[in-house]
Amino acid sequence: MLTLQCPYCGVMAEETELSAGGEAHLKRFGPGSSDADFETYMFMRENPKGVHFERWRHANGCGKWFHAARCTVTLEVFGTYTAQTSVPPAELLETIRAARPGFKWREFE
Amino acid sequence: MKRYSVFAVAREAQRYHSGWERAWRSPEPKKSYDVIIVGAGGHGLATAYYLGKNFGITNVAIIEKGWLGGGNTGRNTTIIRSNYLQDPSAAIYEKARDLYETLSQDLNYNVMFSPRGVIMLAQTHHEVRGYQRTAHANALQGVKTEFIGPEKVKEIVPIINIDGPRYPVLGGLLQKRGGTARHDAVAWGYARACSDMGMDIIQKCEVTGVRRVAGRVVGVETTKGSIDCNKLGIVVAGHSGVLADMAGFRLPIESAALQALVSEPIKPCMDVVVMANTVHGYMSQSDKGEMVIGGGTDSFNNYTQRGSFHHIEETVRALVETFPMISRLKMLRQWGGIVDMTGDRSPIISKTPLENCFINCGWGTGGFKAIPGSGWAMAELMAKGYSPLANEFSVDRFKEGRFIDESVAAGVAH
Repeated sequence: MLTLQCPYCGVMAEETELSAGGEAHLKRFGPGSSDADFETYMFMRENPKGVHFERWRHANGCGKWFHAARCTVTLEVFGTYTAQTSVPPAELLETIRAARPGFKWREFE
Repeated sequence: MKRYSVFAVAREAQRYHSGWERAWRSPEPKKSYDVIIVGAGGHGLATAYYLGKNFGITNVAIIEKGWLGGGNTGRNTTIIRSNYLQDPSAAIYEKARDLYETLSQDLNYNVMFSPRGVIMLAQTHHEVRGYQRTAHANALQGVKTEFIGPEKVKEIVPIINIDGPRYPVLGGLLQKRGGTARHDAVAWGYARACSDMGMDIIQKCEVTGVRRVAGRVVGVETTKGSIDCNKLGIVVAGHSGVLADMAGFRLPIESAALQALVSEPIKPCMDVVVMANTVHGYMSQSDKGEMVIGGGTDSFNNYTQRGSFHHIEETVRALVETFPMISRLKMLRQWGGIVDMTGDRSPIISKTPLENCFINCGWGTGGFKAIPGSGWAMAELMAKGYSPLANEFSVDRFKEGRFIDESVAAGVAH
């Protein structure tokens, strides 16, 4: 079972205690944006076979939203971090680069 | 190709079955093909088969990373039905179901299509209204289904508990000509027919790159070398995102594991397929006697082909409530497959930003039932550039807001 550490309350939370919130760091486009931008924001998704950044909510716990970096093949978790950021922390990216040479996710590599 | 028949069986019986030939050839790839299909699962093989049968295009290679039919084609719960709410879905799934009726004869290969009937249980009042609506929609679409009451459900499925405490059975949507087929045989039958038409099925050959020149595909890089093509069809289910990435475009798709499990074999006890969408479980009995059970999808992206254990717990808990007699059954096997989910939970059969590249994906949790129809439509799209069956399933629908919203119509089991 997947376990993630909640960066707010520190609990090692099991999958059944969490709810998945999909791809992280989406740039939102609303009224007035182009059709292409809106489509990309609304439907197009990163679907990597490898490291993925995603949103989670500690739903049956402290209730906070947070981020996680996780491998979609091995389920290895590289780290979790708070929701108050639009990019992954630099040291987390460094850890992932060291573990997975050639890693690429959107503009991060 | 030697045809299979009762005479062939009699002939071989007299010579210790020494005369059966291999069902398909395993050639090395040629330098170039008119059409390359990536993915030798049901949908890929069916696409190749109808390219040959309906359009006479036989200079075709079907390239497969693993072994033939070893992905979701060999991992599903083999259910066939076409009781969908939306017109485009009903059209393509009914086409598929209709082709299944005569598929064994067409392919000269017994796919064991068993139109034993499919019941989708209504266990809440909301579902009763939903399925009554679907039954009316199906009547207009020419798909034969009917809404039946709980007593009728009990009569057809004697092992069901219709007055369970949490989810009583309030009725069901019955499609009498729905059922099951042998999933491996569908892949094997198509493969044999494709090979017989002169197509090359190349297994254990992974596509590692898509070569492009000026917005066109010119070939693919594989672990068995570079192969040229005039047209490319990507039909790889869970790995659609990976292939699209190689071809340089994005898809509105996320991949996740979906699980199934089978019990030890028991005597015949249920001769229909029963789906309970409210509690995310469905069950049928295989010819071997195993109870075949399908469960839920993981809520997060993954390529693990295992799935989270708690989904099995939820599925089995719900099914035990609905079918109390299975509570002491031992489960033999559990496995997962990677399903590709679109935003509206309907498939994509579409042109792509590359002029001569086509994609068939996004079948999510319900692709097996669609194999013949999907192959039929994809072949037409690849051969003629237009297919009435595939038209509504174009990837442009996300930009244009024309969703085929079956996630509301069909629940999760789909």
